[in-house]
Amino acid sequence: MSTVALDRLERAIEAVSAVPDPEIPVVTIADLGMVRAVRLAADGAVEVDLTPTYTGCPATRLIAEEVRAALAAAGIAEARVNLVLSPAWTTDWITPEGRAALRRYGIAPPPRRSEPETPVPCPRCGSTETEEISRFGSTPCKALWRCRTCREPFDRFKCL
Amino acid sequence: MTTIHLEETPHLTYVLRLADSALVLSHRLSEWCGHAPMLEEDLALANIALDLLGQARLLYEHAAALEGRGRSEDDLAYLRDAPQFKNLLICELPRGDFAFTVVRQTLVSAFFHPYWQLARGSTDRTLAAIAEKAEKEVAYHLRHAGAWLVRLGDGTEESRRRTLEALDTLWPYTGELFEVDAVGEAMIEAGIAPDPASIRPVFEDTLDRLLADAELARPSAAWMQTGGLRGVHTEHLGHMLAVMQHLPRAYPGARW
Repeated sequence: MSTVALDRLERAIEAVSAVPDPEIPVVTIADLGMVRAVRLAADGAVEVDLTPTYTGCPATRLIAEEVRAALAAAGIAEARVNLVLSPAWTTDWITPEGRAALRRYGIAPPPRRSEPETPVPCPRCGSTETEEISRFGSTPCKALWRCRTCREPFDRFKCL
Repeated sequence: MTTIHLEETPHLTYVLRLADSALVLSHRLSEWCGHAPMLEEDLALANIALDLLGQARLLYEHAAALEGRGRSEDDLAYLRDAPQFKNLLICELPRGDFAFTVVRQTLVSAFFHPYWQLARGSTDRTLAAIAEKAEKEVAYHLRHAGAWLVRLGDGTEESRRRTLEALDTLWPYTGELFEVDAVGEAMIEAGIAPDPASIRPVFEDTLDRLLADAELARPSAAWMQTGGLRGVHTEHLGHMLAVMQHLPRAYPGARW
């Protein structure tokens, strides 16, 4: 790959990785593990493979538009965004940085699927005296929890 | 706006059946928005409706690609009439009370969870990819609806009575889940569809465990409703489509 092409690809990866999630703007789509690939196609266009978190997530289309906009802002007008369903997205793809950002924002990050179920610490006070209020929350990816120590409700990322 | 007519192959018909069932059930669930017995449940039902709508979109996109005439997912959802819809009848029945919605969601999810698990091995690569996502979502729906089934069945006299009524009403619609016609046979033959016969033991086992926890018994009715897969529907579907399709038909090309 030529230096020019390599530079173009690097700019593309940087631009795409920095796109924030529209519903949880403290994490980027790269933090969430939604960006599966960024590559240069034979015709010179940049191709981005995205994996939706939930099939019906209303943010998916917006994210695809914002990826195109971010590439355009980085000087890359020729871009294609593909939605890739397989392998299916899992919360295990959320990066450690993403998990930390979620916790700071007040959302309990999901456990790794391979790990045994442990008590869910409250993202505000750290107490493990917490309980589930509802399996479903304000967006498809979250469940509603409550802390019995600080009495605050909080969102928890569903384990998928 | 004029109704469209698709040139159906068995493959297209089969994908439409799945898409229509997901869309119609999603619409019925969305009717609860603002009406559920409590806020958390309002969110839960809307979330499940959204998952099913997402599945319907992917399936309609796939169907449109199979037909290859440049139609969109919206064309397939909004511009076909009731006799062209091929959803399972159980999906189109009015939402009823909360017990009815819970029992229906349990029955449908208890079938579709193992269905999508098996469909991950479909020779239709797109269907297999959709199955991978749908399987995870439906597992969550089943856990939620199943937990409510137990709570309502083993709850008050009133909740138990309503749950039993719903179970009796809905049971004759479960036969269709396992129906295999010429289209189904061709799809099983081609490795595109899983054989529903292999799903039945899992479906019955899931249901029997939940019903035992709810202290309810599986209804014994042997006679089963049929027709949805051939486009023969209850009177309810036409009314539902009139509401769902009104806007795009009255204002062709409308965007919002």
